[in-house]
Amino acid sequence: MTAAARPELAPGPDGSLYTFGGDEWIVAQLSESMSLRANLRAQAVTRRLAELALPGVVEICPSNAAYMVRIDPDVVHPRAMLERLKELAEEVGEAEDFVLQTRIVDVPVLFRDEWTHETVMRFRDRHQTPDRTDLEFAAELNGYPDTDSFIAAMVGAPFIVSMIGFVPAVPWGYQLVPADRQIEVPKYVRPRTFTPERAFGWGGGFSAIYPVDGAGGYQLFGICPGPIVDPAQRLADFREQFTFPRPGDIFRYRAIERAEYDAIRATVEDGTFRYRQREVEFVPHDWFADPDGTVRRLEGVLDA
Amino acid sequence: MLRVHRPGLMTTVQDAGRVGAYHLGMPPSGAMDRFSFSVANLLVGNTDAHAALECTYLGPEIEFTEPAHIAVTGADMPLKINGEPVDGWTCHAVSPGEVVSFDFLKAGARAYLAVSGGIDVPPVLGSRSTYTLTGTGGLDGRALREGDELKTGAAATSAAAGASVPEELRTVHPSQVELRVVVGLASYRLVPESLAAFFTTDWRVTPDANRVGYRYRGGAIEFVDRTPPAGAGSDPANVVDIGYPVGSIQVPGGSEPIALLHDAVTAGGYATIATIISADLGRAGQSRTNDVTRFVEVTLEEALTARHELAARLTRVHEALGAG
Repeated sequence: MTAAARPELAPGPDGSLYTFGGDEWIVAQLSESMSLRANLRAQAVTRRLAELALPGVVEICPSNAAYMVRIDPDVVHPRAMLERLKELAEEVGEAEDFVLQTRIVDVPVLFRDEWTHETVMRFRDRHQTPDRTDLEFAAELNGYPDTDSFIAAMVGAPFIVSMIGFVPAVPWGYQLVPADRQIEVPKYVRPRTFTPERAFGWGGGFSAIYPVDGAGGYQLFGICPGPIVDPAQRLADFREQFTFPRPGDIFRYRAIERAEYDAIRATVEDGTFRYRQREVEFVPHDWFADPDGTVRRLEGVLDA
Repeated sequence: MLRVHRPGLMTTVQDAGRVGAYHLGMPPSGAMDRFSFSVANLLVGNTDAHAALECTYLGPEIEFTEPAHIAVTGADMPLKINGEPVDGWTCHAVSPGEVVSFDFLKAGARAYLAVSGGIDVPPVLGSRSTYTLTGTGGLDGRALREGDELKTGAAATSAAAGASVPEELRTVHPSQVELRVVVGLASYRLVPESLAAFFTTDWRVTPDANRVGYRYRGGAIEFVDRTPPAGAGSDPANVVDIGYPVGSIQVPGGSEPIALLHDAVTAGGYATIATIISADLGRAGQSRTNDVTRFVEVTLEEALTARHELAARLTRVHEALGAG
């Protein structure tokens, strides 16, 4: 192993690193590896920062194990802001007492659908295993005997929307299961040039939904009937914002059959579609003590 | 009203950009060359709040149905009114029925056509800028097409035909550009020789260069070996997916750096190594395929100085035009 290029720009022992992205951005990496703890710290710091409404802060963007702030350097000096962010991290600490006020959302998924299947087959030459589907590859890689049990694991516990982005609305989902049950898959060897809108996929340690047709490198498992962007803001869930997911949302993916998929698509077409959703409190302390019991309680709120 | 006879290659409505929704994956969009955009607006009595047309590589042909003042700045794309060449960086009066068109591009990539009163399209999230991926802003969220009609807003009375930006305050567009960057982010993931080589390589702009970002070719980047951390994925260039600043440079696969610009993808799983300073984003957006780019490291303080110098230059344009 070779030494890092700039010792002064290397992360601390805990993986934390604050750096400047040019003169307008500060990127705070809280950890090099993903964990629910790291994401909750990012959510806690960014929510606190938003409450403070500091002059010169233009954008506040939580990400998986990091967060990013855009500032107006004509209003606040980047070094002063960086020091302020370090203070905030101290205040938040390990986010032991942080309670995430959020919503849990029912997100139906049709697995093994014809549209992503067609895509998966079209780009087989860019995949690790040209002779098998993405589902078969990912199931085996993660130690599942078959694709049914792999799908059961994906819908078996909800996900926290740990970051939004790449393109508008993409909800990156980190599953609320302990580390030893985390699913992890590589991205395609070479990215596809096409992915159908609303495709449900997985890359690295994260699930995601593609909002619109486009290039992509995630393993593809299914398709969601509900949109996550509505540029015309026709649907009720999109009246205030044309993108649906919010940082810190909890998404419960639910496997559906083709008949339900078609029925939901009809409601999207006629404009009556709404996501089933409930306001919830996610108490990390409870989850760390009893992950399965805590997610069952959350799901209970949604299904009540 | 503006009637689009020919749309040009990629002509979009842009203003100073959209802020506040980056955390939802919405990039700022807006003029790629902010200085030229601001100057074009100044010349016709507008402010930065007004939208102009960003004309990429090949300019449009547009008929005006009402009297207006216009100005073109940015790329060296010679302007014509009713077929007669007129000066760039200068305010011109156009009469109803007159047609504005362009000669072939000589240098740079993007010209800004400002019209007194600004291009009036409905603002989305506080901006009229076009973001084509989700069809947001601009005219129906897309580039102009033949037959389109554009309205303009109420014009200020301060435009003066003939007002012109002094030569020394205009931008020029050499085919070899230097882009200043602040090193940081995941630069520690590179081997030291690779980071040093990044700054001595002549990077060439590939055809894959648009408002989202520019891809370069010309060298290779080597990452420090490591065991991938949880959640990151297996490529040596991977990180746990993270936000990308506008201007940030990533090196997927270690061979082709990508600099993200105003329609940036806002997040992803590649290590970013440096970020183009705000004062040089316009220069990046004025470079074009096959241009040679050198990335030059500067400190944060130097980046802030460059920012102030660019702002001071805009102030000098103000003063030269008597706009105060």
